[in-house]
Amino acid sequence: MSSNHPGLSNNFSRSGEKFSWSKDNLRSIKNIISKYPKGREQSAVMPLLYLAQEQNNNWISIECIETIAETLNMPKIRVTEVASFYSMYNTRPVGENLVQICRTSPCWLRGSNKITKTICKETKCEINDTSDDNKFTVVEVECLGACSNGPMIQINNDFFEDLDEESTKKIIDNIKEGKPNVIGSQKGRRSSENA
Amino acid sequence: MSDDLINIKVNQKEIQVDKNLTVMQACEIAGEEIPRFCYHDKLSIAGNCRMCLVEIEKAPKLVSSCTMPLMEGMSIITNSEKVNAGRKGVMEFLLINHPLDCPICDQGGECDLQDQAMYYGFDKSRYKENKRAVDNKNMGPLVNTIMTRCIHCTRCVRFATEVAGVPELGMLGRGENAEITTYLEQSITSELSGNVIDLCPVGALTSKPYQFKARPWELKRTDSIDIFDSVGSNIRVDSRAEEILRVTPRINEYINEEWISDKVRFNYDGYYQQRIDTPYIKENQKLSISNWEESLKFLKDKLKTLKPLALIGELVDLETGYAIKKFMSNYGKDNVECRTDNHAILESLDSYRFNTPLNDIENSDLIILVGTNPKIETPIINHKIFKAYNNDAKVFNIGENISLNYKTEYLGESLSNLNDENLIKALKKSTNPLIIIGSAFLNKIKNIKTIKSIFSYADKYKVITKEKNNLNFLNPYASRVGQLIIGNTTSNLCEPFSNLKKDNFELVLSFGSEHIANDQFNNCFKVYFGHHGDDGAMGSDIVLPTPLYTEKNGTFVNIEGRPQEAKKCHNPIGSAKEEWSILKKLSDELSFDFIPNTFDQLRSELFDKHPILSDYHEIIAVENSTSIIPDIEFEDCKAEYPVSNFYMSDVISKNSVTMAKCVEEIISTPSLLEKSA
Repeated sequence: MSSNHPGLSNNFSRSGEKFSWSKDNLRSIKNIISKYPKGREQSAVMPLLYLAQEQNNNWISIECIETIAETLNMPKIRVTEVASFYSMYNTRPVGENLVQICRTSPCWLRGSNKITKTICKETKCEINDTSDDNKFTVVEVECLGACSNGPMIQINNDFFEDLDEESTKKIIDNIKEGKPNVIGSQKGRRSSENA
Repeated sequence: MSDDLINIKVNQKEIQVDKNLTVMQACEIAGEEIPRFCYHDKLSIAGNCRMCLVEIEKAPKLVSSCTMPLMEGMSIITNSEKVNAGRKGVMEFLLINHPLDCPICDQGGECDLQDQAMYYGFDKSRYKENKRAVDNKNMGPLVNTIMTRCIHCTRCVRFATEVAGVPELGMLGRGENAEITTYLEQSITSELSGNVIDLCPVGALTSKPYQFKARPWELKRTDSIDIFDSVGSNIRVDSRAEEILRVTPRINEYINEEWISDKVRFNYDGYYQQRIDTPYIKENQKLSISNWEESLKFLKDKLKTLKPLALIGELVDLETGYAIKKFMSNYGKDNVECRTDNHAILESLDSYRFNTPLNDIENSDLIILVGTNPKIETPIINHKIFKAYNNDAKVFNIGENISLNYKTEYLGESLSNLNDENLIKALKKSTNPLIIIGSAFLNKIKNIKTIKSIFSYADKYKVITKEKNNLNFLNPYASRVGQLIIGNTTSNLCEPFSNLKKDNFELVLSFGSEHIANDQFNNCFKVYFGHHGDDGAMGSDIVLPTPLYTEKNGTFVNIEGRPQEAKKCHNPIGSAKEEWSILKKLSDELSFDFIPNTFDQLRSELFDKHPILSDYHEIIAVENSTSIIPDIEFEDCKAEYPVSNFYMSDVISKNSVTMAKCVEEIISTPSLLEKSA
């Protein structure tokens, strides 16, 4: 492994570009903050980090942290603490597709090792690395909560379940070629009905 | 009262304690010591070190005593096998990643972890895995970090946020990856940052200047007083042979609690820089080395013919001040001046001191800062205001729009802004308002009526009542209140220093006052008594070396009027002689009347003359002034702050290398707070 999980690093970096909220996000922020009592706006730090990550190509830069701190009127170190605590906030740039492979026991028993190998081979990058074409970043994660459909992976916001080596390769190939993928079970199951 | 008491048992001993305490505090009262790392009296409760485990009857598991509230009938056990085993387990966990580098650790010998490991540690580690290593973090020129030693108690994080009021420290990551750092590893911008060194229970945060200098058991401890601001924080000076190696706070709940400012903690290297170690006499426009005999003879001859004036500096103790006054009385009256900054006063003590006891500031609900920047003038008072602010007090500011570590409402730049509508409204609502008049205005006031108006204003808005006096006058100098009490000023008028009549004197004796270099003394014969060679000494005709406050005994009266003693730590540098003994010698030769033969005689004579000063540690009691005038009228004056650079406000800190580094790394790089504002 060349480096650690992008969400588990305590080192943040600058993107070099100014980060300011998009219009849509400004509207959502107003809505989110209104859910908390007055004077407790800081409670909205987690949803705001999520929005910032979405807007900022899937990672949190120092500029994002500073914008959030300003929006919520809280110390920057407090935002940094939260962003570094949770592994789902990436602290460094990741590829267009963040491939998270579940390696917890149920998926592992059903062969997540093979899935990992296939993905690494197909994307040409090691775990925790980003591919040269910046298309993929591959990471191993703990349980994503779809145990009955293991082995499974998450790519950006979508789950791909009931995988085997073949279907995994196809998913990666489709992404490379820009073709749409079937989300969810690759064996045609609806949610987690009996196979 | 009895409603608040509950009955509990600690190790089968029945006691009655306040029901609002925690289990740990109750155990302390019962005389049981509970080991702890994260818990600290002055900080919020975190409960993350787990060292303070105790057994509570009927509770299935051990509980952390610092977080557990008391209940009626609770039976606490602190010495059972189970408790011991629990604490041993916790200690084993804490030591998994703690390096075994005590022999090269600055905390060695005064380390909480080291001490408690003696009771709860195992002799061997059961872990074969590698210990984790953590990168050291930059926290500025004062705090040294060896973060591998950190046990994540978060005391420093809580201190920065809750006491210093600079939320710049935090814990990043979690579990094995947890790290304490400042935001982007910038320097801590607080004037109280050195206190994290005392708070750190291990050797993760240590003092940079003290690094590898000494072991605690080699040091001689001397009780002293911080003389670099007027608060009079209690300090302990640690020295080895004739050198001071560090300065730490002494606990005084009435004044500094457990904190001291970075200036007194770290400027001690300046004590030994640029010292005047021998008498000098000016020959051909150049100071050349002389000796005591020659210089005193020269001075004596001058004193025979020329009419002298004495100036008293900012770091002068009471005994010296008294000796000066006594010596100068041979030349008539009104020839000693300590108000070299034109500090305006009335005659009574309550017109130049901080009338609210310092530990009462936090109870105020409305604070008006008038021409003062407490953050850099008196960081300890600033901390107390910050406490009040956290208790929902409103803070108003008049003068310059200064940036503080709490929010203030800015009213304007002149004294007349005291009549601001919003302020009056708030004053009328307030139950415990407090006004702080700072030197920025006091030094500019030309008309005594303005001071009287301030009193009338305070009276009108119930800042002064029969029970309390919350009208405070704040100056940043350690010597001022004491010198004024013994009457070392030429008049009671405003601008005493500017009004000194040139024709009335031909010789100036400056006791550590740099104002001797002012143009107004150009034609006088100048004599400088002091310890550091700066402008004052450079321009003088005779320079006589005197000891620093750590090299002699002395009394200082702090800003709230509390006399305290600073004790001698080591012998003076070079051939420096105490001021009183120089004056004694001169008086003998001039056949003046100057009785004391020893310092103790001088001190007891001072206390006989001014019995109010003899009661160490007690605030001098005075009746409230009754100088109320019917019409309130504030003159228009522009605020000029006495301290512009916290790290370099006096001759000693100006000569400190550590303070110079602070200026470079903390002040020159814009602070986080300013950037975010």
